Amino acid sequence: MMDGSDSSALLRADALTKQVSSPEGTLTILDRVSLSVARGETLAITGPSGSGKSTLLALLAGLDAPTSGRVFLDGVELSALDEDGRAEARARGVGFVFQSFHLLPGLTALENVMLPLELADRADADPAARAVLADVGLAARVGHYPNQLSGGEQQRVAIARAFAAGPSLLFADEPTGNLDGGTGARVADLLFDLNARAGTTLVIVTHDASLAARCARRIALAAGQVAA
Amino acid sequence: MKPLSHSLKSFSRGWRGGELAMLLASVALSVGAMAAVALFTERVQLGMEQQAGEALAADLVVESRDPLPQAYDERAKTAGLRTARLTYFPSVATTASASQLVEVRAVTAGYPLRGTLRVADRPYARGTPLRALPGPGELWAEPRLFAALGIEPGARVRLGAREFTATKVLDYLPDQGWNFVDVAPTALIRSEDLASTGLLGPASRVTNRLLVAGEVAGVKAKLAPLLTRGQRLLDARDGRPELRTAIARAERFLGLAALVAVLLAAVAVAMAARRWAKREADAAAILKCLGARQRAVLASYALVVLWVALVGGLAGAAIGVGAQAGLVALLGNLLPADLPAPSLAALPGVIALGGVVLAGFALPPVIALGRTPPLRVLRHDLGPVPLPAQLATLAAAAAVIALLAVQTRDLRLAAFTLGGLGIVVVAFALTALLLLKLLGRLRGRVGVAWRYGVANVVRRGRESVAQLTAFGIGIAVLLLLTLTRSGLLEDWRATLPADAPNRFLINIQTDERVAVTAFFTARGLPAPTLAPLVRARLVAIDGVAIEQVKLDNPNLRNFAEREANISFGAALPAGNKLVEGRFWDATGAGPREPEVSFEVGIGRALGLKIDSRVTYDVAGEQVTARVSSLRWVDWDSFRPNFFILFSPGSLDDAPATWITSLHLPAERAPLLLELTRAFPSVTIIDTDVILDQVREVIARASLTVEFVFLFTLGAGVLVLLAAIQSSRDERRFESAVLRTLGARRRTVLAGVAAEFLLLGLLAGLLAVLAASGLEWLLAREVFDMPWRPDPRLAIAGGLLGTLLVGVTGVLATRDVVTHPPVETLRRR
Repeated sequence: MMDGSDSSALLRADALTKQVSSPEGTLTILDRVSLSVARGETLAITGPSGSGKSTLLALLAGLDAPTSGRVFLDGVELSALDEDGRAEARARGVGFVFQSFHLLPGLTALENVMLPLELADRADADPAARAVLADVGLAARVGHYPNQLSGGEQQRVAIARAFAAGPSLLFADEPTGNLDGGTGARVADLLFDLNARAGTTLVIVTHDASLAARCARRIALAAGQVAA
Repeated sequence: MKPLSHSLKSFSRGWRGGELAMLLASVALSVGAMAAVALFTERVQLGMEQQAGEALAADLVVESRDPLPQAYDERAKTAGLRTARLTYFPSVATTASASQLVEVRAVTAGYPLRGTLRVADRPYARGTPLRALPGPGELWAEPRLFAALGIEPGARVRLGAREFTATKVLDYLPDQGWNFVDVAPTALIRSEDLASTGLLGPASRVTNRLLVAGEVAGVKAKLAPLLTRGQRLLDARDGRPELRTAIARAERFLGLAALVAVLLAAVAVAMAARRWAKREADAAAILKCLGARQRAVLASYALVVLWVALVGGLAGAAIGVGAQAGLVALLGNLLPADLPAPSLAALPGVIALGGVVLAGFALPPVIALGRTPPLRVLRHDLGPVPLPAQLATLAAAAAVIALLAVQTRDLRLAAFTLGGLGIVVVAFALTALLLLKLLGRLRGRVGVAWRYGVANVVRRGRESVAQLTAFGIGIAVLLLLTLTRSGLLEDWRATLPADAPNRFLINIQTDERVAVTAFFTARGLPAPTLAPLVRARLVAIDGVAIEQVKLDNPNLRNFAEREANISFGAALPAGNKLVEGRFWDATGAGPREPEVSFEVGIGRALGLKIDSRVTYDVAGEQVTARVSSLRWVDWDSFRPNFFILFSPGSLDDAPATWITSLHLPAERAPLLLELTRAFPSVTIIDTDVILDQVREVIARASLTVEFVFLFTLGAGVLVLLAAIQSSRDERRFESAVLRTLGARRRTVLAGVAAEFLLLGLLAGLLAVLAASGLEWLLAREVFDMPWRPDPRLAIAGGLLGTLLVGVTGVLATRDVVTHPPVETLRRR
């Protein structure tokens, strides 16, 4: 386990704690979790349901604010920024792949992939998005809407969207969770292949042991704490 | 499973959880709007009738040549009504040096029951309202009497055996004026002074009136059978045709406004019900999965709708009662002070109408909810099974027809409104589809926020079309109300130009015609056109005595049997239009056989056709004439208008007086003194005061429509909120994804703004077209008004609609952006 003072880390979490109030009292979902991810590293966060791995991912990505503790992304303290500031940080260098794909249903495959490019004010959004879609084997499907694509194709669009803006860090939340075995394996191949080519830092949340095994490093969460 | 207890639990859960809140709000607001409109319009309509009642100085009048029994007064008083008595007859007023024919009006305390006298201190001065009567021994008179007698206020005037002091000048009496014949200047005295004049001899031509004011509807029915021959009931509505027209128009406007508010609210109900059904789908699937039968699930959810109808309906009734009271308070002294209290009797009916709205618009999605397959517990993509589209449409259509029928109580108006709405819906849907296709092509050329907004509008194709239609209809109706209302005022301005006649001269004797005409031309005024007036009584139609002719309407019988003012002339009078038949040749001496032209409404009511023969008793002589045409008459023209017009030559020998109307600029008013001195028998009627009264009624009607229109506006906003509500989950998700990808809140908000501005713009543009089209149809077919497009107003209305949709949309979706994205993504 790296300590929180490692300055070469792309992503660093110091004693992240997340508590929520419930009718039964305060519930601690994450309890003083610290970790550090080096540039280019691949990390799997594993654990059973309710262990807090999705919450950890949300905090690391700045989608949620911790109750206490700090998150640094590329030297910038995410946890000190307001929502818009965190959004901007994501626009600059973070990509996402979700279990449920989370494509915008109103936009075509191409438009979905263009989104992060446009949000990063890239003038070449259209050709760049087409190129990434070609990379994931969907050159012929650019004009299709999400509901016209299969689950595997949707996830490939989501992967293309994640890599389109050339992020330095990619978060994947159960990227194969909604796919059957074969499709899941092909999507995982694609994810690691693109990752290897782009040298992206990859943080995967999964309870799929085979997917976790493909990462260079694994940490397991149990009851909100790092177990291994 | 027990449907009743489950339905109560679902209702209370939905209530607490907020899922049913929008549905309840929609029902409450639709019932509230209906209740407020029903209660308020009922009160205002009664108020307007009271205002129109000024024509009689009462709401109801019993009139007779013979003294009226005291029993009538008592009957009216026991019913809680106010009464007064008026006796009037022609007589001569004299001073030491002059005499003048007058109409003596002796009144009891309380006169006038409707309207207010206006009196001045000198002749032809503008009077001030006064709620008082002449003191004992005092006489108030119209300025013409002062002029004719050459006296000033304070002078002594003799009526029969009694001498009075003429203390004040009567500028306005509510019930003066429209009895064109024998109008001599009025001399108003107290009833108590009447006996001392000794003028009420057995042969005197006295008319007795009992004036009644209050809730006269029931009393009218009770009094009618008591009346003996020679006694007749006059309703406020018998008064003036132009006022009647104004009130009828106002009633239609209010009915239409109420109707549209209800239909818009119904759209909101449908949207809210669909969202609730969608949210309840999991519960329905689980119930079935656990063994509940479809019928029980259906019954349970149908019962929830019933609870919504009751709770929402009661809340709506309360809103309605409060809102109408607020409206009345807001209108303040613009409404008659003694506006009748709202009758709560209308409320159960209105709550039931709320039930009709729910049955037509909420029940179909709820039935679909009951049909949710249990498999949904495994396959979340399986939702409620909707009813066949035709069935859902049928339910909505049945509800709309029921609402239309109840709200308008006018099948013609209902049919035109339905037809208009149908055309609008189809036209909107088609145009919206077309625009969406065009938009889809445009989206590649706009920034990310706009693309997101445009994409939202385009992707929710069906929803967008539905929303465009709903917003569009809402805006169209707002435009329609302002356009049509302004059309009404424009119409009035058009029919009452600055130089509209403001004086009627009546009782011009045949041998005075040339001199009267010369009087005006010599003073640089245009020569007035004189029309003859002959008193005649209808005796027979096609040889059948009028008493034997079947006339279903008592007012019509009154009209047919009373002495009528008929005219004759060579040309079709200005403002008249030939509806049927041929008008006689204006160039010759007229047809050989006497011909007659009837105003189309009265002609048809009397059952007259072209070539019918009518017989009139004219000064004891019978004249039979062939009906050769039916005319439309512009009663708003303030020119002499006649129901019955004979061909030239047919009434040449009949005793006639002549009538004319002219525009006299204010600065030439003193000329009237000269005219009265030169022609003592000529009576001058100042229509300015009557026009003022008509204008006030119109202004009041317009204001009422505008207030009713506020409910329509509220219903439109409700539709918008329901639409936003039903897409909230999707919007939260989209916002969450965008923000996860690094979009700032401002960017997401810009996208939302783009979407609503676009929706508003499209809906506004469509609405302008639709409103203009529907207005044209209504103006032509229902309101009988000429239609004038007003592009300036339409554009303003379209912009207003766009801003309204844009601003409301952004405000209502703000929380979508503030909602933490991680929560939304986790829930999916």
